[in-house]
Amino acid sequence: MNFHLKIWRQEEGSGQGTFQDLEAKDIPSEASFLEMLDIVNDRLTEAGEEPVAFDHDCREGICGACSLTINGIPQGPGRGTACQLYMRKFNDGETIYIEPFRVGAFPVVKDLVVNRSAYDRIITAGGFISERCGNAQDANDTPVPKTVADYAMDAAACIGCGACAAACPNGSAMLFVAAKVGHLGLLPQGKPEANRRVRGMVAQMDKEGFGNCSNFYECEAVCPAGVPAAFIAKMNRDYALASARHAVEATA
Amino acid sequence: MSTITLDPKVPAGPLADKWTNFKTASKLVSPANKRRYELIVVGTGLAGGSAAAVFGEQGYNVKCFCYQDSPRRAHSIAAQGGINAAKNYQNDGDSVDRLFMDTIKGGDFRSREANVYRLAQVSGRIIDQCVAQGVPFAREYGGMLANRSFGGAQVSRTFYARGQTGQQLLLGVYSELSHQISAGTVKMHPRHEMLDLVLVDGHAKGIVTRNMVTGEIESHSADAVILATGGYGNAFYLSTNAMGCNVTATYRAYRRGALFANPCFTQIHPTCIPVSGEYQSKLTLMSESLRNDGRVWVPKRKEDCGKKPSDIPEEDRDYFLERKYPSYGNLAPRDISSRSAKEVCDEGRGVGPGGLGVYMDFADAIKRLGENTVRERYGNLFEMYENITGENAYRTPMRIYPAVHYTMGGLWVDYELQSNIPGLFVIGEANFSDHGANRLGASALMQGLADGYFVLPYTIGNYLAPLRGTRPETARPEFKQAEEEVRERIKRLLSIKGTRTVDSFHKEIGKLLWDECGMARSKEGLEKAIRRFDEIREEFWTTVRVLGDGDELNQSLEKAGRVADFIEFGQLMCEDALDRNESCGGHFRVEYQTPEGEALRNDEDYFYVSAWKHTGDGKRPELVKEPLHYEGVKLATRSYK
Repeated sequence: MNFHLKIWRQEEGSGQGTFQDLEAKDIPSEASFLEMLDIVNDRLTEAGEEPVAFDHDCREGICGACSLTINGIPQGPGRGTACQLYMRKFNDGETIYIEPFRVGAFPVVKDLVVNRSAYDRIITAGGFISERCGNAQDANDTPVPKTVADYAMDAAACIGCGACAAACPNGSAMLFVAAKVGHLGLLPQGKPEANRRVRGMVAQMDKEGFGNCSNFYECEAVCPAGVPAAFIAKMNRDYALASARHAVEATA
Repeated sequence: MSTITLDPKVPAGPLADKWTNFKTASKLVSPANKRRYELIVVGTGLAGGSAAAVFGEQGYNVKCFCYQDSPRRAHSIAAQGGINAAKNYQNDGDSVDRLFMDTIKGGDFRSREANVYRLAQVSGRIIDQCVAQGVPFAREYGGMLANRSFGGAQVSRTFYARGQTGQQLLLGVYSELSHQISAGTVKMHPRHEMLDLVLVDGHAKGIVTRNMVTGEIESHSADAVILATGGYGNAFYLSTNAMGCNVTATYRAYRRGALFANPCFTQIHPTCIPVSGEYQSKLTLMSESLRNDGRVWVPKRKEDCGKKPSDIPEEDRDYFLERKYPSYGNLAPRDISSRSAKEVCDEGRGVGPGGLGVYMDFADAIKRLGENTVRERYGNLFEMYENITGENAYRTPMRIYPAVHYTMGGLWVDYELQSNIPGLFVIGEANFSDHGANRLGASALMQGLADGYFVLPYTIGNYLAPLRGTRPETARPEFKQAEEEVRERIKRLLSIKGTRTVDSFHKEIGKLLWDECGMARSKEGLEKAIRRFDEIREEFWTTVRVLGDGDELNQSLEKAGRVADFIEFGQLMCEDALDRNESCGGHFRVEYQTPEGEALRNDEDYFYVSAWKHTGDGKRPELVKEPLHYEGVKLATRSYK
């Protein structure tokens, strides 16, 4: 197959970039999207041109390193990450636009590589259960209803790739934050810190410059892990309650 | 004979008491003194992330490094199946002893007995810890934890979180690590790659890293260095590992004097989606559970290989696993299934592109159970298969082929998980001790977390306590020299400006290892490979083309350094395979098999750990042996007929 690529190239530290036109010729239809980029990069190297930088690692859709916007869609068309996208899904001769994630809070490092450390900082602001490794009680001492565990797992499946924020017209990270708040807040082990957690994480999210949710649900549409946007509603409720409690009770 | 004697430091006493005895006798660092120490942890997978978090909780100052942009992306995240623990929640007769026995037998009697026993002892605690930190394991309706069975065991002791157990365990570790980062005890350095180990007066006291964004070469000193840098499966180029997984950290430590143990013990997983072309960058695993209902076959005649599977009548099909292993059939263990698939493909009876594949056919299961039941059991896997191959496995058989998955070998460590270099500790897949010659399913996650949460935090005290936080400054000449060597190497890689891409070398050594040091190995082939590696190394350092600069994000440069190490390391794997004149676990030497073609172990001559010492560039490494001693286990032959 042949493709006409328009790939975002940006020098490190420049803050500005442009689309480079590249022809991807004789690409096997069974190649994955990233393997297509490998082929393009090999040819660039052979021609003495610097290859395109892009983040990738596990190539099986779980590590969350992928951060490409393909034809305007974060992680590309279809469910799943860019590494799980195969070239046979495109038409022969098609023009494909490849850009980094476009969110102010994820500055471009180089070409298609962005800096997503804002997500790590949000987790650091409360996305955990404060417990100490040592003598935790027996794992079966506290029963967790199957429905609760399953629902928590729906949220915990988030791979932290950032597609949600990249897809949101407001550049909002609400789905990411809500997934962690939901996952831990649903489980009995996460309840003692639930108020503190949601307030801390939301404050950090705001500080990082992410926008707010205005119910476009673009995040849910692109989420490779299928995290439901309903968790955002749950987080809003948790946040409102936690803030109210904090205003009236010193203990919350 | 070697000048080094390896002391595994296995504590005295009966097997079941060794760990308690050790803990009672081990030295402690008082809470007030802990803050005087600095520890370096390289790698943030299950082992490294958990160790860093626990050290932070205990009050040590931790500097933690990973090559990924976030500690949450370490490749532990990709583990699907589950984690073993001897909880006996199912009341099916499980116990520490049984988990220990299964693991040691699964390893084909080449692991260190006392380490494996300890692993089984701490396994239950791991589950408690994970639940406490919010890992949403699968539950039963009553709210209790659910279990499933895995290969090599007759009990249900595997805990799981859908098909994403590794992800959930790693995110648990990451959250605990994040807690410590927020507490200020752990300082995280993502996008940093360790390029050398620094020794001061014979002790590991620091590392040299490259900041992968700015290219800056930095020195970091500490009281001890902990490597948790995973396995070396990517030496084969194609594997189920992540693209960035590499051997550089452990190999650089090896070059500085750490011994590398059993490098030839690699695990080839039988059910992966086959290679479809030259461009392919990685192999995707299809869960082993498919073999419960899938029948594995190839055409009896070479001429039929090009035909559509539906055009090949029943009598022209060879269900080779059922034929060779009638009692285990399609559920024969990993090493045997993998080798059998290779044999039929070598005979020219493989199917699919390049003839490297065998069919896994669900037609009988669909006829017997109905398509819906098959969909309920394996729907997500069939979907994944279709996404990758474009084929509908409900209509046509899947094509599968073995792929490199895990490496049992690693840096040599004693019972304290300390290498032969004082102050250098190695945990998780990066060390060698617990899986012998073959790892059982759901045991890698168990070992990573055991090492990081429950073993190293206790064993490191003996080394640290007498030091009182007296680490050297990075201004010392040892650091400056190591930095200089790293810079020099990078400069050299960038200045060759040759004609071949890094990937072309990686593919070449991958194929060489796969052919000669893969599922079947021979003296002749290994000797040939060892010679060929010398030539490849020469070619690499004269013809490789690495573009760009060293002082920026440069993915070709990163890869070039890793592949250069894989070239040297691949040779070491072959040396190890050549020395081991027996077949055991993942190591199958064609000269050593029974008349029926089964692995022939030689306990008389090879009941030892092969630990290799670097002796200089271009020189053969030196073999140091750690003889194995078993107290609780009788050696036996595995049979699956």
